[in-house]
Amino acid sequence: MTATAGAALPGHAHADDRSFVRKYVFSTDHKIIGIQFLFLSLFFLLVGGLLAMGIRWQLGFPGQPMPLGGWLPQGVAPGGVVAPKTYIGLVTMHGTFMIFFAVMPLLVGVFANYLIPLKIGAPDMAFPRLNMWSFWLMIPSGLLMTASLFVLGGSAVAGWTVYAPLSNVPDYTGVHLGQQLWCVSIVIFGASSLLGSVNYITTVINLRAPGMTWFRLPLSVWALFITAVLAVLAVPVLAGAVIMLLFDQTIGTHFYLPAGGGQPLMWQHLFWFFGHPEVYILILPAMGIASDVIANGARKPIFGYASMVWAMVAIAFLGFVVWGHHMFQSGMNPTLASAFMVSTIVIAVPSAIKVFNWLGTLWRGSIHFTTPMLNALAFVSMFIIGGLSGIFMASTPVDMYIHGTYFIVAHIHYVLFGGSLFAIYAGIYFWFPKMFGKQLDERLGKVHFALTFVFYNLTFFPMHILGVGGEMRRIYDPTVYEYLRPMQPINVFITVSAFLLFTSQLVMAWNIVRTLARGKQADLNPWRDCGLEWTVASPPPHGNFATTPTVYHGPYEYSVPGAAEDFIPVNQPPAQVAETRR
Amino acid sequence: MHWWFPGNASSVGGKVDSLFYVILYITGAVFVLVEATLLVFLVRYRKRSGRTATYVEGSTRAEIIWTSIPAVILVSLAFVSQPLWSKIKDSDTYPRDATHLGLEAKQFEWHVTYPGPDGKLGTDDDFMKRDSIHLVVDRDYVLEMTSRDVVHSFFVPAFRLKQDIVPGMDIKLWVKPTLTGTFELACSELCGLGHYRMRGVVIVHTPADYAAWLVSQGEATPADSAAAASNSGMGTP
Repeated sequence: MTATAGAALPGHAHADDRSFVRKYVFSTDHKIIGIQFLFLSLFFLLVGGLLAMGIRWQLGFPGQPMPLGGWLPQGVAPGGVVAPKTYIGLVTMHGTFMIFFAVMPLLVGVFANYLIPLKIGAPDMAFPRLNMWSFWLMIPSGLLMTASLFVLGGSAVAGWTVYAPLSNVPDYTGVHLGQQLWCVSIVIFGASSLLGSVNYITTVINLRAPGMTWFRLPLSVWALFITAVLAVLAVPVLAGAVIMLLFDQTIGTHFYLPAGGGQPLMWQHLFWFFGHPEVYILILPAMGIASDVIANGARKPIFGYASMVWAMVAIAFLGFVVWGHHMFQSGMNPTLASAFMVSTIVIAVPSAIKVFNWLGTLWRGSIHFTTPMLNALAFVSMFIIGGLSGIFMASTPVDMYIHGTYFIVAHIHYVLFGGSLFAIYAGIYFWFPKMFGKQLDERLGKVHFALTFVFYNLTFFPMHILGVGGEMRRIYDPTVYEYLRPMQPINVFITVSAFLLFTSQLVMAWNIVRTLARGKQADLNPWRDCGLEWTVASPPPHGNFATTPTVYHGPYEYSVPGAAEDFIPVNQPPAQVAETRR
Repeated sequence: MHWWFPGNASSVGGKVDSLFYVILYITGAVFVLVEATLLVFLVRYRKRSGRTATYVEGSTRAEIIWTSIPAVILVSLAFVSQPLWSKIKDSDTYPRDATHLGLEAKQFEWHVTYPGPDGKLGTDDDFMKRDSIHLVVDRDYVLEMTSRDVVHSFFVPAFRLKQDIVPGMDIKLWVKPTLTGTFELACSELCGLGHYRMRGVVIVHTPADYAAWLVSQGEATPADSAAAASNSGMGTP
């Protein structure tokens, strides 16, 4: 099956007489689609970040006019001060944009699309047209979600978790259209995600080049494959749940309303049945990207490659039986909560294995501190904090106190920003030369990394303290509570750090713009990497490989004793390796 | 400056705090060890001329060690957590002689129903107070919690207690205050525009103070409340 992969399309690499629109707009080329996803999701990352600045202003300086707040309509920010309804709208939409439109498409839309065919030696995805649809469905989805910010009644305000009945009874919030647009947008998003996922799964199973066996797949491809399986199983549940929510709002059904025989907790079960696998959808690809970059940066094979794969498989399986830990305090049967506590605690084990294996990879390596490597190392060290803080909430009695506080906010940002986003940055710096043929400036990259790392920790670490102090998340003004007032200086500190963190991201934006405009030409294999993607031109031609490559080695053959170079490209015939060994 | 847990004022808070500290010490030690190892590796194995990386593919022995040690620690954590959890949240284990109070949450208020002189909820002498829960120190209470509209969450940081209140469900929570004083009650589940100001107070009295409060509210005559205080089984007149 795999042997015929590229050969099915002979000469495809040379024929490129497509019109501009087919080539760059409605493109079926996985590389263009990956780049389209890159710019789309970076845009939403910016939007989500801006919304976070609004949240932080209000928390740091409650009731004071926000800079530029005077530009907002009086209904949204009277006298420039964020209104309570605007505040919970900001909280809701920050979470929504960051999870569904920034981090998930950055990890999956960008890297699964761009890397899978190139890394397994395929000319494109198995279903290029589905792939095009996957991107073009994100456009209406993103437009509807963005439009919901501007409609009468305002955006959704029930949190990104949109708990019923706050979300499905418009009278409880005064939000009608905003919440409905949220639902429609998420359903379309789900369709986009499914089209992408079936594609990634099929491509990895069917289109691997000769010799690219399962256990020669780079961990990034393994991670993206497992993630796609998770998405295919979890996203339909979200879509179904959201459609029922939409019906409750619009046509008078009572799926989540006790008055009509429905159950508010059913929403929570369905949402978290999706939501917890979603957490792993957001971290597994990051683990894969970090593994590729760390092996490359340490010039060593990944320590315990097979157990890295099985750890991800274990995380994926267990990820489906831990959703109840979001609901320990929900009124669910406490004995059921105990069962979820055990599964949650067990899932920490494969995560620990991965961390130790990354450390093992660095051990006796020769560590090159490139920008991608620095970001990948930040991923590991921040994921350690995020993983350890998760153990507090796995313990049901401790969760009782910290649930719904800033401790949770700290935890999710250590996993999602400290974990996922640093790995995304590692991936962008690492594969940018492949995508655009130009090398991002290393000096600017290191400045961006250093500023981000420092201000990120100054922003999110103190949130643990707020949480232990008992500060609730999603409250408009913490100074309403006497016991929270002494901690207000921490909130001011976090707000200032968050503004600096946001500003630091402009360094990366500038680096990208400048490099695209007049960056230096990238070397063919600037990181001296073993991957197949570095054996073709940058950017690779349509169809990727002139002839189907044959794979002879594992993905991380760095510093093989006796070899002339400190890396062996996966497609280098063994005879040549033997020659260089002599 | 108060930048940590509020002082504990309930029968279970001390145990929750102890468990928190056990986890803090374990994770703190792991954090220091692992991050220190990472830093040592980064310094020691940085790229230098004349040194190359050593080709190592893994070690089954090392992996067995670092799989089994976390597994044992984590599973024992579950065993330590379980009894405390059942004690707090399993309503079958609640004290049978506890006083039952009604707590209805609505956007953005707490309605507390007291059983009145007969000690029973749902009778004519019940009375309701808004946004304040008056309790007697060292006495067992069971809050019978309902919601009139959306999901709310009962959170008294000084008691370390949190319980969501869900429309359509009757949820019970055992509370036993151990210190007198006024403690803040917060809603900790986003419940709408006024979520942030859905604040209440829990006022924990001595039995005598509680009797005086009942009188001041016109819910008891001085004679009634003296009798109620002595019948409570608390041993205080």
